[in-house]
Amino acid sequence: MDDTDRRIVNALQGGFPIAERPFAAAAEALGLEEADLLARIKAMRDDGVISRFGPLWHAEKMGGGLTLSAMSVPAERFDDVAAIVNSFPEVAHNYARDHALNMWFVVATERPERIAEVLAEIEARTGLAVHDMPKIEEFFVGLRFEA
Amino acid sequence: MELSDSDLDLVSVLADGLPLVDRPYRAVGQAVGLSEDAVIARIKAMSAVGIIRRFGVIVRHHELGFRANAMAVWDIPDPLVGELGRRLGDSPEVTLCYRRPRRLPDWPFNLFCMVHGRDRDAVEAAIRGLAERHGLASHGHAVLFSTRRFKQTGARYGRRPLAAE
Repeated sequence: MDDTDRRIVNALQGGFPIAERPFAAAAEALGLEEADLLARIKAMRDDGVISRFGPLWHAEKMGGGLTLSAMSVPAERFDDVAAIVNSFPEVAHNYARDHALNMWFVVATERPERIAEVLAEIEARTGLAVHDMPKIEEFFVGLRFEA
Repeated sequence: MELSDSDLDLVSVLADGLPLVDRPYRAVGQAVGLSEDAVIARIKAMSAVGIIRRFGVIVRHHELGFRANAMAVWDIPDPLVGELGRRLGDSPEVTLCYRRPRRLPDWPFNLFCMVHGRDRDAVEAAIRGLAERHGLASHGHAVLFSTRRFKQTGARYGRRPLAAE
């Protein structure tokens, strides 16, 4: 990544033009050519710095279910339990964290009622309790990162 | 806003992201049988009502150099949690901020903030700064660093990965 790539990432994490030639409009604002901007975004996507270029969806407003869940997993079973949890296509993220509750994962489903089914299936297959912590109130979702 | 069948087709096609071509909305329209103008109108409408939170680059924070992330949590009395949540959510160090239920006795915390940084020291310093600025020292608190990332595929709808929060 060079300085131009950083400017692109910083400028385009929101507010991308919704118009016929959006990359041309975005490029002009950055002092770039349309073709150069497209080539740089493609290169960053191929390198994995950009996961995708497009919408960040609001899961619940789309009618889907979304929750954060945590488990306390014995160290010697950690990898096996992670494999079970990650085998569910509804599990979007899974992180090990340094706490007695040491496995934290996000479950996202097309239908809200599927959340409880997935968590029950995880409990049944692992024999471990799952703490479900769906959001009560959202104060901020930025997920913007300065390159 | 109810999503129509053609909106759901749009969602499905956009799951992989916008085509990186000069007229991406025309290309999307060709894939779902809509005109370029119709695609633009529907994406604008879904943005206006917040179904699309934002539109643009979605980065992989780890690959961008944000190698450390922690979930900073506090046990805030229920009458205070709304005001503190809004203040923490407005803080530049915080990338996500939610109120969630306590799960006693294992989990007494109800305010959750994600903080990302270049390294562990930067994240710890940011969380200390938040606690000082917002007077959080008297509240129960924990910082859970992530030690391993197992999966980051994004949410899936119709078996296709989507970026959703």
